Amino acid sequence: MTIDRREFLKRTAALAGVTLLGGTSIAHAADRKDFSRYFTNNTANERDWKIWEEKKNVHLGGEPFGILVDTTFCIGCRRCEWACNDWNKNPNQPVEKFEASVNDKNSVFNSIRRTHAGNFTVVNRFEEKDRDPVYVKKQCMHCVDPACLNACFVDAFRKTPEGPVIYNPNVCIGCRYCMVSCPFGIPAYEYFSAFQPQVTKCTMCYDRVVEGRMPACVENCPAGALTFGSRSELIKTAHKRIDNNPGRYVNHVYGEHEVGGTSWLYLSPVAFNQIGFQTNVGTTPVPDVTKAYLFGVKLFEMVSAWPLVFGAYYAVTKLRDHRKEHYPDGTPKDSGKKS
Amino acid sequence: MNTTNSWFRDKILLGMTPAQYVKSNLTLPNLVAAIILCISIPVMVYRIMYGLGPATNLSDNYPWGLWIGFDILVGIALAAPGLTLGTAVHLFGMEKYRPFVRPAILSSLLGYIFAVFALMFDLGRYYRIPYLLVWSWGFTSILFLIGWHFFLYINISVVEFSPVVFEWLNLKKWKDFFSKLTIWATVFGVIIAAGHQSALGALYLAARTKLYPLWYSPLLPIFFLLSAVFAGISMVIVESALSHRFFADRVKGFDHEAFDRLTIGLGKAAASALFLYFILKVFDLVRSEDWVYLNSGYGYLYLVEVLGFVLFPAMLFLYGVRNQRVTLVRFAGLITVLGVILNRLDVSIVAFNWFLPASQKYYPRWSEVMLTLGVITLLILSYRFIVNRMAVLHEPAESEAQQEPEALAKKAVNF
Repeated sequence: MTIDRREFLKRTAALAGVTLLGGTSIAHAADRKDFSRYFTNNTANERDWKIWEEKKNVHLGGEPFGILVDTTFCIGCRRCEWACNDWNKNPNQPVEKFEASVNDKNSVFNSIRRTHAGNFTVVNRFEEKDRDPVYVKKQCMHCVDPACLNACFVDAFRKTPEGPVIYNPNVCIGCRYCMVSCPFGIPAYEYFSAFQPQVTKCTMCYDRVVEGRMPACVENCPAGALTFGSRSELIKTAHKRIDNNPGRYVNHVYGEHEVGGTSWLYLSPVAFNQIGFQTNVGTTPVPDVTKAYLFGVKLFEMVSAWPLVFGAYYAVTKLRDHRKEHYPDGTPKDSGKKS
Repeated sequence: MNTTNSWFRDKILLGMTPAQYVKSNLTLPNLVAAIILCISIPVMVYRIMYGLGPATNLSDNYPWGLWIGFDILVGIALAAPGLTLGTAVHLFGMEKYRPFVRPAILSSLLGYIFAVFALMFDLGRYYRIPYLLVWSWGFTSILFLIGWHFFLYINISVVEFSPVVFEWLNLKKWKDFFSKLTIWATVFGVIIAAGHQSALGALYLAARTKLYPLWYSPLLPIFFLLSAVFAGISMVIVESALSHRFFADRVKGFDHEAFDRLTIGLGKAAASALFLYFILKVFDLVRSEDWVYLNSGYGYLYLVEVLGFVLFPAMLFLYGVRNQRVTLVRFAGLITVLGVILNRLDVSIVAFNWFLPASQKYYPRWSEVMLTLGVITLLILSYRFIVNRMAVLHEPAESEAQQEPEALAKKAVNF
């Protein structure tokens, strides 16, 4: 990664501010030692949004894409993380450092990580009794009916027909409600950018997908844990693998029905809640919940508005009559305007 | 000598010379306010210059902290007096509560303005806020509804309050024109306020898996609306008691007995709303079969909130009303306000992402607390500034507008 002088100064100033005013506040959480949260120079959003603007009327034909993650194949080499950082210009290290984590004593696998401003994907390790650890890649699930898109009050998100959910940094006000409403807790924020912070998340390499290439992480997976293809085909593949390999997987494809379906699909050898998945998200898309509420409010505002308006009119008339009756020469209050 | 400056002196300096005015402001409360502002204004500048990261403890797990939880959720709930009193008097014709209307509308107006002011520090790109109104519309978002409703409601409150301002400026024609609009503004305001008070609760409908089950409910919008109603009434009880104490000289011919009677009447209304809320809470607990969660730290907190800050003040109100004990009613009002604060902070911060280990949970940074304190201070100072100059705590007789400025100055409270 290269940073220019201006960016370097900006970041140094921000960090100086941090040390001056809040040394203690950084230290109190393990998560806060993750330096990817200080990153502030996302370029992937802008790049993908430009392509969307150009392409929105001429899409690739065919079905939306998806990615199948077979966690039984994953070896924890973290090459996907390296490839993602490399392609999306996030802070990066030599690929050997990523690969070394599996054997390192003091490795990133010792804690459960999440996505941050400077990393769109992380691999976590889940130790299991009497079996090898399970490595699980985590990134935006690219929901079929995304909660973030529905939550955004300036309409900054798009679900592309190809599958990726992308974000427009040019209209975002930074309310961060997308982060509150995401059931997977994925979107991150560039908190350390003072003037132009963005929401950051995996773009499913929209810029590569529209060119007929597969996402960077899939291309760089040496273990065959990631498969790119049409979502409906991948669901069939996943079920075939479950059927053909008794005992290898639990009989569930995570993402097939979760919150109405996601573009990323997972196979697991153990129950999904043991490897960091939220299994209580349900199968109803998050937007359906809020749609029902919004419908109710609109109904209330339109239906109740009329009785209230007429009630008010009635009240005004009654008051006027009342005043005429009791103060035929005008009340002390409005004597001025009546004379 | 006082030809050019007389307007300024009469209206702004309360008839004093600048030197007298400054001297009259050297008081202990003003010193405290000045100290708070000396810390919180630099914090505001620091937030703008360096961003949210250095200025707050917000994280990717906690995108919303104290500034949303307190300044917006609590602030807007407590700014409901205009909604409740305006409706009671202007729509239901409960004329005897008219003395409460002007202070109620003023606290709503200032409450919303300062909530939005505080929000500007929380938004990552606050300078784009006009996009919401004119450029990019997210119709499917509950936050979109809230944003627009805030904007509309501030305008409505301005219309509702403007007669007082024009009265102060002796612009009779303008005052009469806007007085006629009041009832329509109130109607529109009721619709709008009910919409966004419930929408603030509906925001958390999307966070179903993130909220501790005891707090998550499909009834969240109704809980937020109903609690805003009793928060509004309780705020009127507490505020009016305080302002009649601190601004006693501003209220001519003040009838203590009538005031106490009205306070008790408000207590009755608050008790009804609290009991309704409590019954709905119990119903919700039974329906969701969440009682298994009661035996945990979060469960105890929930019980404290529902029993200690809903049922208990409801009982107090009831007892105070039946025995005509106005002090008890005021105390119950205070407990209710604290309960609403607790509830909003529980939903937005404590019960949110409850499954995270304690080390990853959110605690407000001192600078977040100071900025919030600064905003509250500014609100109180503005309230006092207006009350000292305009006829808020009472509707004036026609002659008062021409009153001697010296007499007004004597009534002013240290400002």
